[in-house]
Amino acid sequence: MMDQMPTILMLAPFIGAVGLSLLAWRRPAAAMPVVFGALAITVLAAVLTLREVLANGTITYLLSGWDRLPERAEGMAVGIEYKIDAFNALVLVLIPAIALINALYLRTRLAVECAGKEILYAILYLLLVVGLCGMVITNDAFNLYVLLEISSLTSYALIGIGRRRAAHATFNYIMTGTIGASFFLLGVGYLYIQVGTLNIGDIHEALMASSELRGLASIKVAAMMIMAGLWLKMGLFPLHGWLPNAYRYAPTATGSLMAPLVTKVMVVVMLRMMVSLFGLDYLFAELNWRPVIVGIACVAILAGSFFALAQRDIRGMLCFLIVAEVGYMVGGAWLGNEAGITGAAYHVLSDACMTFCLFLAVAAIILRTGEHRLSAFRGAFRKMPVAMAAFTVGALSMVGLPPTCGFFSKWYLLIGGVEAGQWHYVACLLISSLVNAVLFFRIFEIALMKVEVEESGSFDVDALPEDPEDRWVRVPVGTIVAMIVAATAVLMIGLLNRPIASFIATWIGQAVEVAP
Amino acid sequence: MELLTLTAQFEWILGKSNYWASTVLLLIGLHAMISKNNLIKKLIGMSIFQTGIILFYVSAGAKHGAQIPIVHYGHDSHESHDKAAHAAEHAADAGQQVAEAAAPAANHAADATHTLGETLYANPLPHVLMLTAIVVGVATLGLALAMVQKVYAAYGSIEEDEVLDAIADSTADSTADNTVDSTVDRTVKGTPEA
Repeated sequence: MMDQMPTILMLAPFIGAVGLSLLAWRRPAAAMPVVFGALAITVLAAVLTLREVLANGTITYLLSGWDRLPERAEGMAVGIEYKIDAFNALVLVLIPAIALINALYLRTRLAVECAGKEILYAILYLLLVVGLCGMVITNDAFNLYVLLEISSLTSYALIGIGRRRAAHATFNYIMTGTIGASFFLLGVGYLYIQVGTLNIGDIHEALMASSELRGLASIKVAAMMIMAGLWLKMGLFPLHGWLPNAYRYAPTATGSLMAPLVTKVMVVVMLRMMVSLFGLDYLFAELNWRPVIVGIACVAILAGSFFALAQRDIRGMLCFLIVAEVGYMVGGAWLGNEAGITGAAYHVLSDACMTFCLFLAVAAIILRTGEHRLSAFRGAFRKMPVAMAAFTVGALSMVGLPPTCGFFSKWYLLIGGVEAGQWHYVACLLISSLVNAVLFFRIFEIALMKVEVEESGSFDVDALPEDPEDRWVRVPVGTIVAMIVAATAVLMIGLLNRPIASFIATWIGQAVEVAP
Repeated sequence: MELLTLTAQFEWILGKSNYWASTVLLLIGLHAMISKNNLIKKLIGMSIFQTGIILFYVSAGAKHGAQIPIVHYGHDSHESHDKAAHAAEHAADAGQQVAEAAAPAANHAADATHTLGETLYANPLPHVLMLTAIVVGVATLGLALAMVQKVYAAYGSIEEDEVLDAIADSTADSTADNTVDSTVDRTVKGTPEA
């Protein structure tokens, strides 16, 4: 039973989705229990897998027992292989856990935002989790593409189910997403033609073994294609056009699921491609792309931060902050030293939690006040203390203040930048932190002070409806629990920085030669 | 870099005609996706783009005079199976070994027109991969068409500039802070929405 945890992890949401579509088509009431049940099993399986990985090291799981070929045939993989190492295992816990907590919020919104489509939404929700987990767990390049498309297709539908403007935003996302996935597929094709296998570990070994292979232009083009495809998918700055509108006009529960997970999982895939497929040796010793890519990341960080500053729509602001955060992670990963990659991997975890926390809190605030603008925050500390507490924790983490996880991941990124001598990256990180501080303290000012906000005239906190039970009634208990858990996670990932950093260090491994 | 003779250049272009064809398809598709104004034309571009990739894979798996990769009864199935999974670059080498492995069992396959060493097996993997990619492409196209329908229902047009104008108008009309829509629970404010 323990051996089968990697498949149980993948199958639970999948069977949930298929079961819903077959058995509960006309029973919207079945949607949420199945979502909760399937995700709870997934989280459990992921936690057990993590424990196993911590005890016995990396797990390799051969799907349906297709064993590797015997040595005389070069030991190549035949079937699809799952590979769970320390970092994967952490991300695998994170994905279903966020989906499960978000389901607490979804429960209250499903009937309102997707009336008549509850079952369809629940199916897509579970399938998105399958796709995201699959991308992290699989060790087969083509399987990775298929799961990438599964998660993309479900996320298109989850966004498109939303409001009037969502349709056009989704259309743009489909266009960009398809180009991105196709580039990835093309890159995998180049690798397959040159190397003759799709197993990520085998490709890596073949590349390490033959310097002739490493010198081929087509491998270089493959690396370029795969990276470009993933950047399109994660919304690295010049390629971010689809992101803000898609997340802003999606149903709120989609936004709070996808914003923390989708771009971050793409960063995980990029890190795996860099570390496990091409190898840092190859990327940093033979291709000299570091200056260019770190440069792009710097532009992404600055552009994301300043666009966020210019936004007056709260969710739009958060979307541009994601663009900046993607810049942090891509830049950190391409610094090419251990601290940088540790920072990028750590930032994946912390950014997922803090984005989740902020999106949940903002969704609650928008629902309560009915406003999308920053003015929604007027008197918010008084009206909705829990939501604002969660928002504050998330905001402090975005700014990067010590007890929160944002500080520690940014710390590693800064160390990486200093060690690599990429001072412009360090400068951009610091400027972005300052811009975030301005951004969030402006909101705190609106929330705390009786000020005249923008053009909406004078405002009096006392004019607000003031009954103490109201705030609990209006923000459903499930949402409040979800926000508390998310805020706790932000703090816990910060406080547990030492074990997490050591997981990531094991993952990068001693075997990896780090480029100077 | 050494100078190529004229014939060698022709060889370089014609010998890789499948890659040229797929590259041209990719560029046509990309161009349509980026520059066309009509949403349906964009989708046509997307289909061409995906077809280019499918052509790339399928042609890479094709091999002149190759057999379908079905193992004859009585062969050392393990051996030939191994070899079928090999890459194109190992093809010649692998084919020779298949022939050797198959030699003892040649009397079982006496009616085979060629010896196995000459015919080789085509690598089935790229084709199988493309079956999956085609399914993904169909799903994407279907979803995108559904989105075009939603766009048309909302804005009465599938020309991108007209849709963008309509979006800009609808944003300008609604007075700033009250762009409350279906995501916001009407009951919260207690005021009926227009």
